Amino acid sequence: MSLTLPEVERIAELARLELNHDEAEIARQQLNGIFSLIEAMQAVNTAGITPMAHAQDVSQRLRADVVTHHDADGQQRDAFQSVAPKTEAGLYLVPRVIE
Amino acid sequence: MIYASLKELSAALAARKISSVELTRLYLERIERLNPALNAFITVDAEKSVAAARIADARIAAGNSTPLTGIPLAQKDIFCAKGWRTTCGSKMLETFIAPYDATVIVKLEQDAGMVSLGKVNMDEFAMGSSNETSYYGAVQNPWDKTRVPGGSSGGSAAAVAAALAPAASGTDTGGSIRQPAALCGLTGLKPTYGVVSRYGMIAFASSLDQAGPIAHSAEDCALLLTAMAGFDEKDSTSLERPQEDYARTLGQSLKGLKIGLPQEFFGDGCDAEVMAAVRAAIHEYEKLGATIVEVKLPNSHLSVPAYYVIAPAEASSNLSRFDGVRYGHRAAEYGDLNDMYRKSRAQGFGAEVKRRILIGAYVLSHGYYDAYYLQAQRIRRLIANDFAEAFKQCDVILSPTSPTTAFKQGEKAADPVQMYLSDIYTIAVNLAGLPGMSLPCGFDQQGLPIGLQLIGNYFEEASMLATAHAYQQATGWHQRRPDGV
Repeated sequence: MSLTLPEVERIAELARLELNHDEAEIARQQLNGIFSLIEAMQAVNTAGITPMAHAQDVSQRLRADVVTHHDADGQQRDAFQSVAPKTEAGLYLVPRVIE
Repeated sequence: MIYASLKELSAALAARKISSVELTRLYLERIERLNPALNAFITVDAEKSVAAARIADARIAAGNSTPLTGIPLAQKDIFCAKGWRTTCGSKMLETFIAPYDATVIVKLEQDAGMVSLGKVNMDEFAMGSSNETSYYGAVQNPWDKTRVPGGSSGGSAAAVAAALAPAASGTDTGGSIRQPAALCGLTGLKPTYGVVSRYGMIAFASSLDQAGPIAHSAEDCALLLTAMAGFDEKDSTSLERPQEDYARTLGQSLKGLKIGLPQEFFGDGCDAEVMAAVRAAIHEYEKLGATIVEVKLPNSHLSVPAYYVIAPAEASSNLSRFDGVRYGHRAAEYGDLNDMYRKSRAQGFGAEVKRRILIGAYVLSHGYYDAYYLQAQRIRRLIANDFAEAFKQCDVILSPTSPTTAFKQGEKAADPVQMYLSDIYTIAVNLAGLPGMSLPCGFDQQGLPIGLQLIGNYFEEASMLATAHAYQQATGWHQRRPDGV
Protein backbone atom coordinates (compact mmCIF):
# COMPACT_ATOMS: atom_id res chain seq x y z
CA MET A 1 0.00 0.00 0.00
CA SER A 2 1.24 3.48 -0.80
CA LEU A 3 -0.50 6.74 0.03
CA THR A 4 -0.74 9.45 -2.63
CA LEU A 5 -0.48 13.17 -1.98
CA PRO A 6 -4.23 13.78 -2.56
CA GLU A 7 -4.99 11.02 -0.04
CA VAL A 8 -2.76 12.67 2.57
CA GLU A 9 -4.44 16.00 1.89
CA ARG A 10 -7.87 14.39 2.28
CA ILE A 11 -6.91 12.82 5.65
CA ALA A 12 -5.51 16.16 6.82
CA GLU A 13 -8.82 17.78 5.94
CA LEU A 14 -10.72 15.07 7.86
CA ALA A 15 -8.40 15.63 10.85
CA ARG A 16 -8.76 19.45 10.59
CA LEU A 17 -5.02 19.97 10.22
CA GLU A 18 -3.73 22.59 7.82
CA LEU A 19 -0.74 21.22 5.87
CA ASN A 20 1.07 23.10 3.12
CA HIS A 21 2.31 21.22 0.05
CA ASP A 22 5.80 20.52 1.42
CA GLU A 23 4.47 19.32 4.79
CA ALA A 24 1.99 17.04 3.04
CA GLU A 25 4.79 15.51 0.94
CA ILE A 26 6.96 14.87 4.03
CA ALA A 27 3.93 13.40 5.81
CA ARG A 28 3.24 11.16 2.81
CA GLN A 29 6.76 9.67 2.90
CA GLN A 30 6.72 9.16 6.67
CA LEU A 31 3.23 7.67 6.71
CA ASN A 32 4.23 5.23 3.98
CA GLY A 33 7.18 4.15 6.12
CA ILE A 34 4.89 3.61 9.09
CA PHE A 35 2.28 1.77 7.01
CA SER A 36 4.96 -0.58 5.69
CA LEU A 37 5.54 -1.51 9.36
CA ILE A 38 1.79 -1.93 9.92
CA GLU A 39 1.34 -4.08 6.81
CA ALA A 40 2.77 -7.11 8.68
CA MET A 41 -0.72 -7.41 10.20
CA GLN A 42 -2.40 -8.08 6.90
CA ALA A 43 -0.87 -11.54 6.42
CA VAL A 44 -2.47 -12.85 9.62
CA ASN A 45 -5.63 -14.91 9.40
CA THR A 46 -7.91 -13.60 12.14
CA ALA A 47 -11.16 -15.20 10.98
CA GLY A 48 -13.37 -15.96 13.96
CA ILE A 49 -11.33 -13.87 16.42
CA THR A 50 -13.39 -11.39 18.44
CA PRO A 51 -11.89 -7.90 18.32
CA MET A 52 -10.54 -6.79 21.70
CA ALA A 53 -11.41 -3.19 22.53
CA HIS A 54 -10.39 -3.29 26.18
CA ALA A 55 -8.16 -5.40 28.37
CA GLN A 56 -10.88 -6.27 30.87
CA ASP A 57 -14.18 -7.61 29.63
CA VAL A 58 -16.38 -5.37 31.75
CA SER A 59 -19.52 -3.59 30.67
CA GLN A 60 -20.14 0.12 30.96
CA ARG A 61 -21.30 1.24 34.38
CA LEU A 62 -24.61 3.04 34.40
CA ARG A 63 -25.87 5.73 36.73
CA ALA A 64 -29.19 7.46 37.27
CA ASP A 65 -29.90 10.18 34.72
CA VAL A 66 -30.04 13.02 37.23
CA VAL A 67 -28.20 16.30 37.69
CA THR A 68 -25.19 15.71 39.95
CA HIS A 69 -23.60 19.18 39.86
CA HIS A 70 -25.23 22.53 40.43
CA ASP A 71 -23.67 25.86 39.52
CA ALA A 72 -26.32 28.44 40.38
CA ASP A 73 -23.90 31.34 40.77
CA GLY A 74 -21.90 30.43 37.63
CA GLN A 75 -18.62 30.09 39.55
CA GLN A 76 -17.74 26.72 38.06
CA ARG A 77 -18.63 27.95 34.60
CA ASP A 78 -16.35 30.94 35.07
CA ALA A 79 -13.53 28.72 36.29
CA PHE A 80 -13.83 26.43 33.28
CA GLN A 81 -14.15 29.34 30.86
CA SER A 82 -11.12 31.10 32.31
CA VAL A 83 -8.98 28.82 30.10
CA ALA A 84 -10.98 29.48 26.91
CA PRO A 85 -9.44 31.63 24.15
CA LYS A 86 -12.57 33.82 23.71
CA THR A 87 -15.74 34.07 25.80
CA GLU A 88 -18.43 36.65 26.40
CA ALA A 89 -21.32 36.60 28.89
CA GLY A 90 -20.71 32.92 29.64
CA LEU A 91 -20.63 31.93 25.96
CA TYR A 92 -17.76 30.63 23.84
CA LEU A 93 -17.10 32.86 20.85
CA VAL A 94 -16.39 31.31 17.44
CA PRO A 95 -16.66 32.61 13.86
CA ARG A 96 -20.22 32.91 12.57
CA VAL A 97 -21.52 29.51 11.38
CA ILE A 98 -25.07 30.38 10.25
CA GLU A 99 -25.57 33.49 8.14
CA MET B 1 19.33 12.65 52.54
CA ILE B 2 18.99 12.73 48.76
CA TYR B 3 20.07 9.09 48.61
CA ALA B 4 17.38 8.00 51.06
CA SER B 5 14.52 5.67 50.08
CA LEU B 6 10.92 6.76 50.57
CA LYS B 7 10.73 4.49 53.61
CA GLU B 8 13.77 6.22 55.12
CA LEU B 9 12.39 9.67 54.30
CA SER B 10 9.10 8.65 55.90
CA ALA B 11 10.91 7.52 59.08
CA ALA B 12 12.98 10.74 59.19
CA LEU B 13 9.82 12.86 58.88
CA ALA B 14 8.00 10.82 61.54
CA ALA B 15 10.96 11.12 63.94
CA ARG B 16 11.11 14.92 63.24
CA LYS B 17 14.72 14.58 62.06
CA ILE B 18 13.69 16.75 59.14
CA SER B 19 10.54 18.66 58.29
CA SER B 20 8.68 18.45 54.99
CA VAL B 21 9.46 22.14 54.41
CA GLU B 22 13.20 21.48 54.85
CA LEU B 23 13.07 18.43 52.59
CA THR B 24 11.06 20.30 49.96
CA ARG B 25 13.51 23.23 50.02
CA LEU B 26 16.42 20.79 49.66
CA TYR B 27 14.96 19.47 46.41
CA LEU B 28 13.84 22.91 45.16
CA GLU B 29 17.40 24.14 45.62
CA ARG B 30 18.71 21.17 43.59
CA ILE B 31 16.12 21.82 40.87
CA GLU B 32 17.16 25.47 40.65
CA ARG B 33 20.84 24.52 40.42
CA LEU B 34 20.72 21.40 38.24
CA ASN B 35 17.57 21.61 36.13
CA PRO B 36 18.91 24.17 33.58
CA ALA B 37 21.35 21.51 32.30
CA LEU B 38 18.76 18.69 32.33
CA ASN B 39 15.46 20.39 31.38
CA ALA B 40 13.51 17.81 33.38
CA PHE B 41 11.00 20.30 34.82
CA ILE B 42 8.65 22.40 32.69
CA THR B 43 6.99 24.26 35.59
CA VAL B 44 8.24 24.89 39.13
CA ASP B 45 6.36 26.97 41.70
CA ALA B 46 8.40 27.05 44.91
CA GLU B 47 5.75 28.95 46.86
CA LYS B 48 3.08 26.38 46.08
CA SER B 49 5.41 23.49 46.98
CA VAL B 50 6.47 25.04 50.29
CA ALA B 51 2.85 25.83 51.17
CA ALA B 52 1.94 22.17 50.56
CA ALA B 53 4.92 21.10 52.68
CA ARG B 54 3.66 23.30 55.56
CA ILE B 55 0.29 21.55 55.41
CA ALA B 56 2.09 18.19 55.42
CA ASP B 57 4.13 19.20 58.48
CA ALA B 58 0.91 20.19 60.26
CA ARG B 59 -0.58 16.79 59.39
CA ILE B 60 2.45 14.99 60.79
CA ALA B 61 2.32 17.13 63.96
CA ALA B 62 -1.38 16.35 64.36
CA GLY B 63 -0.76 12.62 64.03
CA ASN B 64 -2.90 12.56 60.90
CA SER B 65 -0.27 11.42 58.41
CA THR B 66 0.23 8.51 56.00
CA PRO B 67 3.61 6.86 55.25
CA LEU B 68 4.03 9.27 52.31
CA THR B 69 2.96 12.52 53.98
CA GLY B 70 5.52 15.27 53.51
CA ILE B 71 7.59 13.42 50.91
CA PRO B 72 8.14 15.48 47.75
CA LEU B 73 7.60 14.12 44.24
CA ALA B 74 7.61 15.31 40.62
CA GLN B 75 4.37 15.08 38.66
CA LYS B 76 4.34 14.27 34.97
CA ASP B 77 2.86 17.25 33.13
CA ILE B 78 0.08 15.04 31.75
CA PHE B 79 -1.88 15.21 35.03
CA CYS B 80 -4.23 18.15 35.51
CA ALA B 81 -3.30 19.80 38.82
CA LYS B 82 -5.57 22.61 39.92
CA GLY B 83 -3.86 25.98 39.66
CA TRP B 84 -0.78 24.52 38.00
CA ARG B 85 0.05 25.09 34.36
CA THR B 86 -0.51 21.71 32.68
CA THR B 87 1.05 21.56 29.20
CA CYS B 88 1.25 17.85 28.29
CA GLY B 89 4.52 18.83 26.56
CA SER B 90 2.58 20.72 23.89
CA LYS B 91 2.38 24.27 22.59
CA MET B 92 -1.37 23.58 22.39
CA LEU B 93 -1.57 23.86 26.22
CA GLU B 94 1.21 26.42 26.78
CA THR B 95 -1.02 28.71 28.84
CA PHE B 96 -3.49 26.12 30.19
CA ILE B 97 -3.95 26.38 33.96
CA ALA B 98 -5.82 23.24 35.02
CA PRO B 99 -9.16 24.13 36.66
CA TYR B 100 -9.39 20.75 38.45
CA ASP B 101 -7.26 17.94 39.87
CA ALA B 102 -6.68 14.54 38.29
CA THR B 103 -7.59 11.66 40.63
CA VAL B 104 -3.89 10.65 40.77
CA ILE B 105 -3.08 14.17 42.01
CA VAL B 106 -5.87 14.02 44.62
CA LYS B 107 -4.70 10.62 45.85
CA LEU B 108 -0.98 11.42 46.03
CA GLU B 109 -1.21 15.00 47.27
CA GLN B 110 -4.47 15.56 49.14
CA ASP B 111 -5.03 12.02 50.43
CA ALA B 112 -1.47 10.74 50.96
CA GLY B 113 -0.05 14.22 51.68
CA MET B 114 2.85 14.15 49.22
CA VAL B 115 4.30 17.49 48.09
CA SER B 116 4.48 18.36 44.39
CA LEU B 117 7.84 19.82 43.36
CA GLY B 118 6.38 20.77 39.99
CA LYS B 119 5.47 19.44 36.57
CA VAL B 120 8.00 17.41 34.61
CA ASN B 121 8.80 17.26 30.93
CA MET B 122 7.45 14.61 28.57
CA ASP B 123 7.05 13.82 24.90
CA GLU B 124 4.20 15.89 23.44
CA PHE B 125 0.91 14.25 24.45
CA ALA B 126 3.03 11.26 25.58
CA MET B 127 3.85 10.41 21.95
CA GLY B 128 7.50 9.49 21.83
CA SER B 129 10.25 7.30 23.24
CA SER B 130 13.02 9.88 23.73
CA ASN B 131 11.38 13.03 25.15
CA GLU B 132 12.55 14.83 22.00
CA THR B 133 9.01 15.62 20.78
CA SER B 134 8.37 17.99 23.73
CA TYR B 135 7.61 21.59 22.74
CA TYR B 136 9.60 22.55 25.85
CA GLY B 137 12.82 20.97 24.57
CA ALA B 138 14.63 17.68 24.93
CA VAL B 139 15.57 16.29 28.35
CA GLN B 140 19.13 15.17 29.07
CA ASN B 141 19.87 11.76 30.55
CA PRO B 142 21.72 12.31 33.87
CA TRP B 143 23.98 9.32 33.10
CA ASP B 144 25.22 10.97 29.90
CA LYS B 145 23.86 14.36 28.94
CA THR B 146 24.40 13.74 25.22
CA ARG B 147 21.81 10.94 25.41
CA VAL B 148 18.04 10.77 25.73
CA PRO B 149 16.33 9.76 29.00
CA GLY B 150 13.72 7.74 27.10
CA GLY B 151 10.10 8.66 26.83
CA SER B 152 7.45 9.61 27.12
CA SER B 153 7.97 9.99 30.90
CA GLY B 154 11.52 11.25 30.26
CA GLY B 155 11.30 14.23 32.60
CA SER B 156 10.02 11.98 35.40
CA ALA B 157 12.94 9.58 34.96
CA ALA B 158 15.62 12.27 34.56
CA ALA B 159 14.32 14.13 37.65
CA VAL B 160 14.53 11.01 39.84
CA ALA B 161 17.88 9.83 38.41
CA ALA B 162 19.43 13.25 39.07
CA ALA B 163 17.87 13.40 42.58
CA LEU B 164 15.79 16.45 41.74
CA ALA B 165 12.95 14.43 43.29
CA PRO B 166 12.88 11.17 45.27
CA ALA B 167 10.07 9.80 43.07
CA ALA B 168 7.81 10.79 40.20
CA SER B 169 4.52 9.93 38.58
CA GLY B 170 4.48 8.68 35.03
CA THR B 171 2.12 7.24 32.44
CA ASP B 172 2.61 4.27 30.14
CA THR B 173 0.71 3.69 26.89
CA GLY B 174 3.31 1.56 25.08
CA GLY B 175 6.28 1.60 27.46
CA SER B 176 6.43 5.23 28.60
CA ILE B 177 7.17 4.38 32.25
CA ARG B 178 9.28 1.25 31.76
CA GLN B 179 11.56 2.39 28.92
CA PRO B 180 12.65 5.70 30.56
CA ALA B 181 13.08 3.85 33.89
CA ALA B 182 15.37 1.39 32.06
CA LEU B 183 17.35 4.11 30.29
CA CYS B 184 17.84 6.10 33.53
CA GLY B 185 18.65 3.21 35.93
CA LEU B 186 15.34 3.35 37.82
CA THR B 187 12.43 1.16 38.84
CA GLY B 188 9.09 1.96 37.21
CA LEU B 189 5.76 0.17 37.16
CA LYS B 190 2.76 0.15 34.84
CA PRO B 191 -0.25 -1.39 36.62
CA THR B 192 -2.96 -3.65 35.21
CA TYR B 193 -5.25 -1.58 32.98
CA GLY B 194 -8.05 -0.12 35.11
CA VAL B 195 -6.22 -0.19 38.47
CA VAL B 196 -5.24 3.51 38.52
CA SER B 197 -7.80 6.15 37.55
CA ARG B 198 -7.35 7.98 34.25
CA TYR B 199 -9.54 10.89 35.34
CA GLY B 200 -7.73 14.18 34.70
CA MET B 201 -4.84 12.42 32.96
CA ILE B 202 -4.77 13.96 29.49
CA ALA B 203 -5.83 11.14 27.16
CA PHE B 204 -3.59 9.68 24.46
CA ALA B 205 -4.91 6.16 23.75
CA SER B 206 -7.62 5.52 26.29
CA SER B 207 -7.71 1.72 26.10
CA LEU B 208 -3.94 1.53 26.78
CA ASP B 209 -3.07 4.50 29.04
CA GLN B 210 -2.18 3.71 32.67
CA ALA B 211 -0.43 5.82 35.30
CA GLY B 212 2.21 4.45 37.63
CA PRO B 213 5.26 5.33 39.74
CA ILE B 214 8.92 5.85 38.85
CA ALA B 215 11.36 5.61 41.78
CA HIS B 216 14.61 3.90 42.80
CA SER B 217 13.31 0.59 44.09
CA ALA B 218 10.44 -1.88 44.00
CA GLU B 219 9.78 -1.04 47.65
CA ASP B 220 9.32 2.67 46.82
CA CYS B 221 7.09 1.78 43.87
CA ALA B 222 4.95 -0.45 46.10
CA LEU B 223 4.36 2.43 48.54
CA LEU B 224 3.47 4.83 45.72
CA LEU B 225 1.20 2.39 43.89
CA THR B 226 -0.71 1.70 47.10
CA ALA B 227 -1.48 5.43 47.27
CA MET B 228 -2.28 5.82 43.56
CA ALA B 229 -4.51 2.81 42.92
CA GLY B 230 -8.20 2.41 43.60
CA PHE B 231 -11.65 2.50 42.06
CA ASP B 232 -12.81 5.87 40.74
CA GLU B 233 -16.34 6.42 39.51
CA LYS B 234 -15.09 9.32 37.40
CA ASP B 235 -13.16 6.91 35.11
CA SER B 236 -15.52 4.71 33.09
CA THR B 237 -12.90 1.94 32.79
CA SER B 238 -11.79 2.02 36.43
CA LEU B 239 -12.19 -1.42 38.03
CA GLU B 240 -14.19 -1.95 41.21
CA ARG B 241 -11.75 -3.87 43.38
CA PRO B 242 -10.80 -3.80 47.07
CA GLN B 243 -7.88 -1.53 48.10
CA GLU B 244 -4.58 -3.37 48.17
CA ASP B 245 -1.34 -2.96 50.08
CA TYR B 246 1.15 -3.60 47.30
CA ALA B 247 4.02 -3.91 49.79
CA ARG B 248 2.39 -6.79 51.65
CA THR B 249 4.45 -9.57 50.08
CA LEU B 250 7.80 -7.79 49.87
CA GLY B 251 10.45 -10.00 51.45
CA GLN B 252 8.82 -13.31 50.65
CA SER B 253 11.03 -16.10 49.34
CA LEU B 254 11.19 -16.81 45.62
CA LYS B 255 11.50 -20.58 46.19
CA GLY B 256 9.18 -22.33 43.78
CA LEU B 257 8.56 -19.21 41.68
CA LYS B 258 8.35 -20.01 37.99
CA ILE B 259 9.82 -17.36 35.71
CA GLY B 260 8.88 -17.57 32.03
CA LEU B 261 11.27 -16.48 29.30
CA PRO B 262 9.48 -15.71 26.03
CA GLN B 263 11.79 -17.05 23.34
CA GLU B 264 10.63 -14.29 20.98
CA PHE B 265 12.17 -11.67 23.30
CA PHE B 266 15.53 -13.45 23.42
CA GLY B 267 16.27 -13.59 19.69
CA ASP B 268 17.89 -11.11 17.32
CA GLY B 269 17.34 -7.39 17.59
CA CYS B 270 18.65 -6.92 21.12
CA ASP B 271 22.01 -5.37 21.93
CA ALA B 272 24.53 -8.01 23.13
CA GLU B 273 25.45 -6.15 26.32
CA VAL B 274 21.79 -5.73 27.25
CA MET B 275 21.20 -9.44 26.65
CA ALA B 276 24.26 -10.42 28.73
CA ALA B 277 22.99 -8.36 31.69
CA VAL B 278 19.53 -9.90 31.41
CA ARG B 279 21.06 -13.42 31.28
CA ALA B 280 23.05 -12.61 34.42
CA ALA B 281 19.83 -11.49 36.14
CA ILE B 282 18.19 -14.81 35.19
CA HIS B 283 21.12 -16.62 36.81
CA GLU B 284 20.66 -14.48 39.92
CA TYR B 285 16.98 -15.45 40.06
CA GLU B 286 17.96 -19.14 39.85
CA LYS B 287 20.24 -18.59 42.84
CA LEU B 288 17.28 -17.06 44.68
CA GLY B 289 15.31 -20.26 44.19
CA ALA B 290 13.27 -19.50 41.08
CA THR B 291 12.76 -22.02 38.29
CA ILE B 292 13.17 -20.89 34.68
CA VAL B 293 10.76 -22.11 32.01
CA GLU B 294 10.58 -21.25 28.33
CA VAL B 295 7.30 -19.79 27.12
CA LYS B 296 6.04 -18.67 23.74
CA LEU B 297 4.42 -15.42 22.63
CA PRO B 298 4.07 -16.33 18.93
CA ASN B 299 2.18 -13.16 17.95
CA SER B 300 4.45 -10.72 19.77
CA HIS B 301 6.06 -9.59 16.48
CA LEU B 302 2.64 -8.14 15.60
CA SER B 303 2.42 -5.95 18.69
CA VAL B 304 4.19 -2.92 17.21
CA PRO B 305 2.09 -2.98 13.99
CA ALA B 306 -1.19 -3.42 15.94
CA TYR B 307 -0.18 -0.71 18.41
CA TYR B 308 0.55 1.80 15.64
CA VAL B 309 -3.02 1.35 14.41
CA ILE B 310 -4.85 1.28 17.75
CA ALA B 311 -2.95 4.03 19.57
CA PRO B 312 -3.10 6.59 16.71
CA ALA B 313 -6.78 5.76 16.08
CA GLU B 314 -7.66 6.48 19.70
CA ALA B 315 -5.35 9.51 19.72
CA SER B 316 -6.95 11.05 16.64
CA SER B 317 -10.32 10.73 18.35
CA ASN B 318 -9.11 12.00 21.75
CA LEU B 319 -7.19 14.94 20.32
CA SER B 320 -10.17 16.17 18.30
CA ARG B 321 -11.14 18.01 21.52
CA PHE B 322 -8.32 20.50 20.87
CA ASP B 323 -10.27 22.80 18.61
CA GLY B 324 -9.31 26.26 19.87
CA VAL B 325 -12.76 26.82 21.38
CA ARG B 326 -12.93 25.72 25.01
CA TYR B 327 -9.23 25.61 25.93
CA GLY B 328 -5.83 25.49 24.29
CA HIS B 329 -4.21 27.39 21.47
CA ARG B 330 -6.28 29.39 18.99
CA ALA B 331 -4.66 30.85 15.86
CA ALA B 332 -4.40 34.64 15.85
CA GLU B 333 -5.84 34.94 12.36
CA TYR B 334 -8.42 32.76 10.63
CA GLY B 335 -11.38 32.87 8.30
CA ASP B 336 -14.37 30.67 9.00
CA LEU B 337 -14.85 28.10 11.79
CA ASN B 338 -13.23 25.29 9.82
CA ASP B 339 -10.24 27.47 9.05
CA MET B 340 -9.94 28.28 12.76
CA TYR B 341 -9.82 24.56 13.60
CA ARG B 342 -7.28 23.78 10.88
CA LYS B 343 -4.94 26.66 11.71
CA SER B 344 -5.21 26.35 15.51
CA ARG B 345 -4.42 22.61 15.37
CA ALA B 346 -1.64 23.04 12.77
CA GLN B 347 0.04 25.64 15.00
CA GLY B 348 -0.62 23.97 18.35
CA PHE B 349 0.52 20.40 17.57
CA GLY B 350 4.06 19.26 16.81
CA ALA B 351 5.18 16.94 14.00
CA GLU B 352 4.87 13.59 15.82
CA VAL B 353 1.39 14.39 17.13
CA LYS B 354 0.26 15.40 13.64
CA ARG B 355 1.69 12.18 12.17
CA ARG B 356 -0.26 10.07 14.64
CA ILE B 357 -3.47 12.03 14.13
CA LEU B 358 -3.12 11.48 10.37
CA ILE B 359 -2.50 7.73 10.79
CA GLY B 360 -5.49 7.51 13.12
CA ALA B 361 -7.80 9.47 10.86
CA TYR B 362 -6.80 7.22 7.96
CA VAL B 363 -7.28 3.85 9.69
CA LEU B 364 -10.67 4.95 11.00
CA SER B 365 -11.85 6.38 7.69
CA HIS B 366 -14.48 4.82 5.48
CA GLY B 367 -13.25 1.74 3.64
CA TYR B 368 -10.18 1.19 5.83
CA TYR B 369 -11.73 0.58 9.24
CA ASP B 370 -12.07 -3.21 8.86
CA ALA B 371 -8.68 -3.74 7.25
CA TYR B 372 -6.77 -1.74 9.85
CA TYR B 373 -8.63 -0.96 13.04
CA LEU B 374 -10.65 -4.17 13.41
CA GLN B 375 -7.74 -6.31 12.24
CA ALA B 376 -5.51 -4.62 14.87
CA GLN B 377 -8.10 -5.32 17.58
CA ARG B 378 -8.26 -8.99 16.54
CA ILE B 379 -4.48 -9.22 16.72
CA ARG B 380 -4.68 -7.59 20.13
CA ARG B 381 -6.86 -10.52 21.22
CA LEU B 382 -4.30 -13.02 19.84
CA ILE B 383 -1.53 -11.28 21.80
CA ALA B 384 -3.60 -11.34 25.02
CA ASN B 385 -4.36 -15.04 24.41
CA ASP B 386 -0.64 -15.77 24.04
CA PHE B 387 0.01 -14.26 27.46
CA ALA B 388 -2.86 -16.27 28.97
CA GLU B 389 -1.27 -19.48 27.65
CA ALA B 390 2.16 -18.44 28.91
CA PHE B 391 0.84 -17.73 32.41
CA LYS B 392 -0.41 -21.33 32.60
CA GLN B 393 3.26 -22.31 32.76
CA CYS B 394 4.79 -19.53 34.82
CA ASP B 395 4.09 -16.93 37.53
CA VAL B 396 5.95 -14.00 36.01
CA ILE B 397 7.54 -13.29 32.63
CA LEU B 398 11.02 -11.81 32.28
CA SER B 399 12.66 -10.03 29.33
CA PRO B 400 14.81 -7.01 28.50
CA THR B 401 12.87 -3.73 28.84
CA SER B 402 14.44 -2.04 25.83
CA PRO B 403 16.65 -3.48 23.07
CA THR B 404 19.36 -0.86 23.70
CA THR B 405 20.67 1.42 26.42
CA ALA B 406 20.08 5.20 26.13
CA PHE B 407 20.70 6.39 22.58
CA LYS B 408 22.17 9.73 21.48
CA GLN B 409 20.02 12.84 21.23
CA GLY B 410 18.96 13.18 17.59
CA GLU B 411 19.98 9.61 16.66
CA LYS B 412 16.46 8.37 15.94
CA ALA B 413 14.54 11.64 15.83
CA ALA B 414 14.37 11.77 12.02
CA ASP B 415 13.11 8.20 11.56
CA PRO B 416 9.75 7.49 13.26
CA VAL B 417 9.90 3.76 12.51
CA GLN B 418 13.30 3.31 14.22
CA MET B 419 11.98 5.24 17.23
CA TYR B 420 8.86 3.05 17.40
CA LEU B 421 10.99 -0.13 17.54
CA SER B 422 12.53 1.11 20.80
CA ASP B 423 9.37 -0.24 22.49
CA ILE B 424 9.26 -3.76 20.98
CA TYR B 425 9.35 -5.51 24.38
CA THR B 426 6.94 -3.24 26.22
CA ILE B 427 4.03 -2.63 23.82
CA ALA B 428 2.50 -6.13 23.98
CA VAL B 429 1.98 -5.63 27.74
CA ASN B 430 -0.22 -2.57 27.14
CA LEU B 431 -2.18 -4.30 24.38
CA ALA B 432 -2.95 -7.18 26.76
CA GLY B 433 -3.58 -4.77 29.68
CA LEU B 434 -1.14 -6.62 31.96
CA PRO B 435 1.04 -5.12 34.69
CA GLY B 436 4.71 -4.67 33.85
CA MET B 437 7.75 -3.09 35.40
CA SER B 438 11.37 -2.28 34.71
CA LEU B 439 14.23 -2.53 37.17
CA PRO B 440 17.97 -1.93 36.79
CA CYS B 441 20.07 -5.07 36.11
CA GLY B 442 23.49 -3.74 35.14
CA PHE B 443 25.45 -1.32 32.98
CA ASP B 444 27.00 -1.44 29.54
CA GLN B 445 30.67 -0.63 28.88
CA GLN B 446 29.83 3.03 28.47
CA GLY B 447 28.38 3.13 31.97
CA LEU B 448 24.76 3.33 30.80
CA PRO B 449 22.06 1.53 32.81
CA ILE B 450 20.31 -1.61 31.52
CA GLY B 451 16.71 -2.45 32.39
CA LEU B 452 15.05 -5.78 33.12
CA GLN B 453 11.33 -6.13 32.44
CA LEU B 454 9.00 -8.22 34.60
CA ILE B 455 5.46 -8.90 33.37
CA GLY B 456 2.83 -10.13 35.81
CA ASN B 457 -0.54 -11.74 35.29
CA TYR B 458 -3.61 -9.50 35.76
CA PHE B 459 -3.69 -7.91 39.25
CA GLU B 460 -0.40 -9.58 40.24
CA GLU B 461 1.37 -6.28 40.94
CA ALA B 462 2.19 -7.31 44.53
CA SER B 463 3.89 -10.58 43.58
CA MET B 464 5.67 -8.88 40.66
CA LEU B 465 6.98 -6.23 43.08
CA ALA B 466 8.08 -8.97 45.50
CA THR B 467 9.94 -10.66 42.63
CA ALA B 468 11.71 -7.37 41.86
CA HIS B 469 12.38 -6.64 45.54
CA ALA B 470 14.09 -10.01 46.14
CA TYR B 471 16.46 -9.26 43.23
CA GLN B 472 17.15 -5.77 44.59
CA GLN B 473 17.96 -7.17 48.03
CA ALA B 474 20.49 -9.54 46.42
CA THR B 475 22.07 -7.06 43.98
CA GLY B 476 22.88 -3.36 44.23
CA TRP B 477 22.16 -2.11 40.71
CA HIS B 478 19.24 0.07 41.83
CA GLN B 479 21.49 1.89 44.30
CA ARG B 480 23.93 3.18 41.68
CA ARG B 481 23.77 6.91 41.00
CA PRO B 482 25.20 8.90 38.08
CA ASP B 483 28.33 10.99 38.72
CA GLY B 484 27.71 14.46 40.04
CA VAL B 485 24.52 13.47 41.85
